[in-house]
Amino acid sequence: MIVCKSSAELEKMHQAGLIVWGALEKMRGMIRPGISTKELDQFAEAYTTEHHARPAFKGYRGYPGSVCTSINQEVVHGIPSASRRVAEGDILSMDFGVELGGYFADAALTVPVGKIRPEREKLLRVTRESLDRAIDKVRPGNRLGDVSAAVQQWVEKEGFSVVREFVGHGIGTKMHEEPQVPNYGPPSQGPRLLEGMVLAIEPMVNTGSPAVKVLEDGWTAVTADSSDSAHFEHTVAVTANGPWILTRPRESAGPCW
Amino acid sequence: MARPVKEKKPNDSSGKEDAIEVMATVIEPLPNAMFRVELENKHRVLAHISGKMRKNFIRILPGDRVAVELSPYDLTRGRIVYRYK
Repeated sequence: MIVCKSSAELEKMHQAGLIVWGALEKMRGMIRPGISTKELDQFAEAYTTEHHARPAFKGYRGYPGSVCTSINQEVVHGIPSASRRVAEGDILSMDFGVELGGYFADAALTVPVGKIRPEREKLLRVTRESLDRAIDKVRPGNRLGDVSAAVQQWVEKEGFSVVREFVGHGIGTKMHEEPQVPNYGPPSQGPRLLEGMVLAIEPMVNTGSPAVKVLEDGWTAVTADSSDSAHFEHTVAVTANGPWILTRPRESAGPCW
Repeated sequence: MARPVKEKKPNDSSGKEDAIEVMATVIEPLPNAMFRVELENKHRVLAHISGKMRKNFIRILPGDRVAVELSPYDLTRGRIVYRYK
């Protein structure tokens, strides 16, 4: 059952969302060739505790970190480690979530490390735009399939592929709630979006084939053909006036990341 | 954190047994074989007589001690399933 949240609950989730946003923006500024993913993880954890929240990923189903750091052909759920350092030309996805006052927020973005190849620039741009388009479909009266189809259509138009094995999700008092929010599928299908629903929409896009496999650590997912992959995510609430991106300041405008 | 795709579970039609069985005393009879009963914790609850008891013509009067099955979905309603001597 998809839980609809009251405006008071949405406010609480927005507070959590601001912490996620703040941390990710600071982490974006910290990116430079040579930095280890562990440093980012430690920063995020410290930032969260300073803001009186709790990193949501740590211990979730046994996940060892607070952040997921995924480089190049890693799609999602890369485990931060001191020995993993980014190099000039890499693309790094950072996925972060917190829990504050019983409510969760989840967001992610992929950033370039230094100067990157034009193909990677395009991948990042298209993935980010697909999230913008998906968010635009989050309105009462639309159906979940409209959101999924928006991502798929934009991504495949540009020659990239949409990952099937992982999906977005509802979010609220638990990190993962109903419904599953795939990034593919036909429009005008699925549950109707109602005011108060909150979805974590996270397009995962590969340059090559959509197939993904999980490494032996049990978490890191990589593209089966070692092609690059990008990931952007926001926690978005359905309101009468349209989508409300909880994981960024209310006054923000323009592209979602 | 992305969630791995889960196949939708088909609804398990096992008719799960998560009723809560409690002892109670019958306070007053109501129409349609319904009774107001008082539980051990002083809660008053609306209970109806179970089909099995109807079938076997078991009568219930105020003051009887009975076993009541409460639904986890609504703790103010129950089903009388046994009458103690």
